Amino acid sequence: MSLWRQLSRGLRVLVHRPEADRELDAEVEHWLDQAVADLVATGLSPEEARRVARVELGGTLSAREEVREHGWERVVSGAADDLRYAARRLRKDGAFTSLAVLTLALGIGAATAIFSTVNPVLFERLPYPDPQRLVTFSEAGTGGARLDVTFGTYHEVAQRSHAFASLAVLKAWQPTLGGRDMPERLDGQRVSAGYFRTLGVAPLLGRDFTGADDRPRGPDVVVLGHALWQRLGADAAIVGRTVTLDDTPFTVIGVMPDQFENLLAPSAEAWAPLQYGESFAPDSRAWGHHLRMVGRLRPGMDREAAAQELGVIAGSPLAELPRVPWADLSGGLLLSSLRDEVTQAVRPALLAVMAAVLLLLAITGVNVTNLLLARGARRQGEFAMRAALGAGRARLVRQLLTESLLLAVVGGVLGLAVAEAGVRALVALSPAGLPRLDAIRVDTAVLAFACALSALIGIGVGVVPALQASTPALRAGVERNSRRTAGDYRRTRGSLVVAEVALAFVLLVSAGLLFRSLSRLLAVDTGFDDAPLLTMQVQVTGHRYDADSLGYRFLEQSLEAVQGVPGVAAAAFTSQLPLSDDLDIYGVHLEREADPANDGAVLRYAITPGYFSAMGIPLRAGRLLDEHDRAGSPRAVAVSEAFARAAFPGSDPIGQRLRFGDREGDWYTIVGVVGDVRQTALGLTTASALYVTPTQWHWVDRRMSLVVRGRGAPATLAPAVRAAIWSVDKDQPVVRVATMRELVEASVADRRFALIVFEAFGVAALLLAAIGLYGILSVSVTERTREIGVRSALGASSRDILALVLRQGMLFAAVGVALGLVLAWAAGRSLAALLFELPPLDPVTYGSVVALLLGVSALACWGPAWRAARLDPAITLRAE
Amino acid sequence: MLERPPLSEPSLDQPTTDVIQGTLDLLILKTLSLEPMHGYGMSRRIEQISRGVFKVNPGSLLTALQRLERAGWVDAEWRQTENARRAKVYALTRAGRKQLAAETADWTRRAAAVARLLGAEA
Repeated sequence: MSLWRQLSRGLRVLVHRPEADRELDAEVEHWLDQAVADLVATGLSPEEARRVARVELGGTLSAREEVREHGWERVVSGAADDLRYAARRLRKDGAFTSLAVLTLALGIGAATAIFSTVNPVLFERLPYPDPQRLVTFSEAGTGGARLDVTFGTYHEVAQRSHAFASLAVLKAWQPTLGGRDMPERLDGQRVSAGYFRTLGVAPLLGRDFTGADDRPRGPDVVVLGHALWQRLGADAAIVGRTVTLDDTPFTVIGVMPDQFENLLAPSAEAWAPLQYGESFAPDSRAWGHHLRMVGRLRPGMDREAAAQELGVIAGSPLAELPRVPWADLSGGLLLSSLRDEVTQAVRPALLAVMAAVLLLLAITGVNVTNLLLARGARRQGEFAMRAALGAGRARLVRQLLTESLLLAVVGGVLGLAVAEAGVRALVALSPAGLPRLDAIRVDTAVLAFACALSALIGIGVGVVPALQASTPALRAGVERNSRRTAGDYRRTRGSLVVAEVALAFVLLVSAGLLFRSLSRLLAVDTGFDDAPLLTMQVQVTGHRYDADSLGYRFLEQSLEAVQGVPGVAAAAFTSQLPLSDDLDIYGVHLEREADPANDGAVLRYAITPGYFSAMGIPLRAGRLLDEHDRAGSPRAVAVSEAFARAAFPGSDPIGQRLRFGDREGDWYTIVGVVGDVRQTALGLTTASALYVTPTQWHWVDRRMSLVVRGRGAPATLAPAVRAAIWSVDKDQPVVRVATMRELVEASVADRRFALIVFEAFGVAALLLAAIGLYGILSVSVTERTREIGVRSALGASSRDILALVLRQGMLFAAVGVALGLVLAWAAGRSLAALLFELPPLDPVTYGSVVALLLGVSALACWGPAWRAARLDPAITLRAE
Repeated sequence: MLERPPLSEPSLDQPTTDVIQGTLDLLILKTLSLEPMHGYGMSRRIEQISRGVFKVNPGSLLTALQRLERAGWVDAEWRQTENARRAKVYALTRAGRKQLAAETADWTRRAAAVARLLGAEA
């Protein structure tokens, strides 16, 4: 009731101020009249009565003022007055205002954009209940490599561990959605029954998987993602109906909710049960390192305790749970949080980018500080005057506070626009591995924080001149600010400019290091000739290819069709394509070694014979695989140089035999050694590789990549090549069409992302530093006009004057660069994860950045110096 | 107790010195409990009843009335007075009556306590 009255009455006064004033006037007037009437009644003359009454009333004006000073609306309208005044002041000072607002907008916008991008990945809670209890598993391979787990390992951990409330394994699944106009390849996952329960999400429609779904030869059931369900018509009655996946009817048992984010495979939109059995032969697929494993810790159980328990399990094999040699857990099991698992690939780039934006924010802060200080110095006279007229400190501070807040708000609004654009650009630029892209949006909390921060800077900085101006010592000197204070300002602003130069130096050095790393990385010999290559992935799916021979026939026929396409110089299939996230690793057993232990991991490629020439991979020894290496003939394998070196040091590998993929199967004879290829990343030294022909491998790879060597621009071949494949079977999806160049470029996307951000910020920082330098020298020249006049009157040439000012400016720059060297040295080490074959103290980078900064500084100093040199002593001396 | 400067001339800066701090609201509420009244009337009434002990400054009184109105303890209304002039007349609300009772009780309790203390000292 009374709160409502407070608000409504106050608002009425605010909105109808004149009416409220009139009412108050009338009331006071009435009071006066009554008093006069009473006094007249006691015998005074009307004039005398009026005089006495006024005195008693203490002046009608002051009574009115007293009432008006009361109430919350007074504060509001006072603030409104301040705001009006602040706006007028800022408008009058256009150059200062636009510079400050733009700087603020840049800083706030950039910081907001970057934090908005980084926040969902690095800081926000993952979109699952109790996400800190979610962990992922990997097996420690030789040399600490993290391997996916085998089903056997999962089975054993599930049997023996007590640390987890729930466990699940999953693998990628790419079924072809049939029964529609075009074959569509879906991204999906084969998961064990507990997958969704482990994550803590339930289907929107229908039911979750049960143990009855997840057993060998279990029912073909599928849970659909929300987007897929929408594409299929968004019919709630879909549960119970069938969809055709890989020529097989799958019964839809559930639909996941729209907000479900599947962090372990963001593009997955169909899930089917894994259907591995409880018992599995040592040679079965179940013992391959091909599953990702996720678990939910029991409440109250922490990761260390769970890891300890896993260590005990790994170290104490049980007879009833036999292991295979290549998954004997001798290296132990590694546990990491789900967050680390999904962010580890992009974490270094994101952290670096975040550091960059902090630097930029610092620079913009320093720049605004500098602008405000300069402005404060110029306004000393105004403050002193107002103080002399009776404005209290509090009043002056409030006024300045309002100005700063106004600047911050305007800067913040513009910054919001910058942030919007920035977030869009960042998402467009973001490396492929950046998780949670959909969760990235302009974060209002961050924006508010950045605005508050800049307002704080503004307040902190803007208030100093007002406080100084209102000190009694200065009140005496209304006419001119004292030399001492001016000197103080110059020193403060000098150190701020030095800080700006130093911070800009750090950003530029980082950008330079990233740039040089990236160009070195792109100059790395990939081992193949990327320029003329077009690649795409072809599926071999459906019951029509249940017989392996038919699968081989399809590949053969498509290859023939593709080779017939005009413009195609060569074409071949490979089971895995370099730099495309394909990773197919096997343990190898060399014949000459009696112990059939896991002999390290090698990449396995099933390739059609033309692969090496199509890719441009050179032959180093022996022969290439050819069309004679087919089913029935002796099994032949080509090995990479790295493998040859590691497995047969000092001896000839040709003719040696090895076994992989099937430990009981036939031996492969090494027939040739070929050049190394960068498979996983440009920056990673090559793992050993083995190449066999598809028909000599144990099974048909259902997913093959086609590489096409074109005569012209490879991208233009794509439609014709796809049509050629579909001329053989129009139901096989063709996906991941990309030139090899694009794949190479995509593999460095995280570094390029960081580089672009650092470049943009570096340039912005350079500009801000130059502006800062220019600003301080301009002010300094203005302040030293008289001194310069005296100097030239005493015979200094304009060249001397030029040198004098330049020297002053370059001193700031030089100190800034020196400080920057130290900071950059510290920063460079934190950037190490993104550098490639480059020492963090790369002299070329440091040298060029020093030259660039000093050059730009000289340019910035030149203007004021030139102006100083051209001052006419006759005029300047008279001016004083 | 804080030491206060000696009172000399009634000063514009110290309008409420004539009324004991914090009692103005109580005096207004009490005055209005007798009958609705305008501001000047209230100031005269307070002066008369207190036999000139309390002199109320119009600025303070009007401010206090505005505050009490916002608190919902008094209502204000413009009325024609007997000599055909418009005056803002204040009246006590139900909430105001309750508040008066509460403040009266509180004041009596304090005053009695102070009186006891002074008596004990004497």
